Amino acid sequence: MRPPTSSSGLKVDQQTIDKLLLLSQLSLLPEDREKLLGDLSSIVELIDFMQTIDTEGVEPLSHPLEVTQRLRADEPETSLDQEQYQAIAPQIRDGLYLVPRVLE
Amino acid sequence: MIPYANVAQLRSGLDNGEFSAEELAYFYLSRIDAATDLNCFITVDQEGVIAAAKNADKAIAKKSVGPLTGIPIAHKDLFCTEGLLTSCASHMLNNFVAPYDATVVDRLRKAGAITLGKTNMDEFAMGSSNETSFYGAVKNPWDRTCVPGGSSGGSAAAIAAGLAAACTGSDTGGSIRQPASFCGVTGLKPTYGRVSRYGMIAFASSLDQGGPLARTASDAGTLLNAIEGYDPNDSTSAIADATDFRSASQPLKIGIPAQYWNDLSASLTKVLDEARLTLESLGHRFVPVDLPHTNASTAAYYVIAGAEASTNLSRYDGVRYGHRAASAESLENLYQVSRSEGFGSEVKRRILTGTYALSVGYYEAYYLKAQQIRRLIRQDFLDAFLQADVILTPVAPSTAFKRDELMEDPIMMYQQDIYTTPASLAGLPALSLPCGFSDRMPVGMQLIGPHFGEASLLKLGRQYQDETDWHALHPVYDDD
Repeated sequence: MRPPTSSSGLKVDQQTIDKLLLLSQLSLLPEDREKLLGDLSSIVELIDFMQTIDTEGVEPLSHPLEVTQRLRADEPETSLDQEQYQAIAPQIRDGLYLVPRVLE
Repeated sequence: MIPYANVAQLRSGLDNGEFSAEELAYFYLSRIDAATDLNCFITVDQEGVIAAAKNADKAIAKKSVGPLTGIPIAHKDLFCTEGLLTSCASHMLNNFVAPYDATVVDRLRKAGAITLGKTNMDEFAMGSSNETSFYGAVKNPWDRTCVPGGSSGGSAAAIAAGLAAACTGSDTGGSIRQPASFCGVTGLKPTYGRVSRYGMIAFASSLDQGGPLARTASDAGTLLNAIEGYDPNDSTSAIADATDFRSASQPLKIGIPAQYWNDLSASLTKVLDEARLTLESLGHRFVPVDLPHTNASTAAYYVIAGAEASTNLSRYDGVRYGHRAASAESLENLYQVSRSEGFGSEVKRRILTGTYALSVGYYEAYYLKAQQIRRLIRQDFLDAFLQADVILTPVAPSTAFKRDELMEDPIMMYQQDIYTTPASLAGLPALSLPCGFSDRMPVGMQLIGPHFGEASLLKLGRQYQDETDWHALHPVYDDD
């Protein structure tokens, strides 16, 4: 049994894929593009089924218990130190995270 | 020692001196070692286990025993464990040794439990078959050609194969309940907010909830008692009374939503009808309930989970921790190559789906629409709980399917979650209980309760398991 689908007329094309890859800082091997295009098109048909549901005037729900997130008291407390965090960093020097040169 | 003992049996064996915690630890380590082909574990903590077991024996000798002192368990590999690899079954975190313990890990350790190791899972908990793991698929102990379900597949399979008495798991859209069903074990997804998410690697923050998998509902309750409760380190953690599940179940009105039963296969219907007869014989009665927005759940779930995943996973940048590309020409290139090498294809599909749903021009049509549907689904349940105390449904549309059967068809894979995502979207607790077999593979039933209604579910589960022995059955191997 396949899930119900619908089509909003929006099509996923190579241009959409390029835009999504850029936004999400991902890249793809050329041979994976066609498969992804097909998969994303099916996924969009799946999620387009939502358009058949009448949600006029319904308030969006972001937290299932509808409670406000609780904040801790704003008091200083001990946390892990820099060394412990940086022990798992791929590249550091003098307490700084290293990245490729940004400014020439 | 009995290989398929539950936590309560191990507790009494340890307390009565039938075996020591150290003997028990060696016993489980040897079983894990003999079952490596199942691929349930990503990491086994040989040294830590024995050291912890020796300490447990000292505590037992002094009669200073917590509920789980000396009980060997395992954690799904998305719970941070200080000093032990926490990979999330991803190449991205293949080298990630957490500098702190998750609250769930910390609380179980304080309750005396011994961590055998970390169980395999779908990468970043994204999957329903445990086939997306960077460390390879897990095999179902009942039939090694089948999947164990996912994403907590390693945990469910480990219990089914007698490699751990209980495990932790996490459930975003069914990831505790569906593998529990596929492997014939008991799994509980608690109410959203019941169990702290601190140190549990995030997939979809408004849905993620840690919980126990075990052989019995009673054991699941024992683990829940250890891990539940307010945690100031998780801003979504709820203040709620501890779950008191040890008294007898009252006669309940059990809701039957037609939307979950109409399309169910004849073979699964037959098994679940038997379970209904048993529940009826125990004094419960059934009432029809209506959950009219069920069919929009899969769509809304994949939008919300994808959107939250694309946001949560933006933190993996190759700079602060995790996989980093060997060489990169620029900062942007470092991000792209690190992420593209580090994430597998299902994770990329979810990130891209979420990015699509959140992108300019689509936000209202997808993300806001999904949140509106989420409210409708939640309201359906609130209305249903005016008529019923709990709701009974199937867990999944099938028993464990063959490996590779659905991997090329993400839509059919997503459809696996059709009966589990609604309770997730509504933030409700749900229990998956073994209730029979179809074609020699385990079948589970799902009991959904109102918010913070875990006690009713567990009491009912205990009563059902006192009456039946589906939960006590296990795969039979030549060497057992």
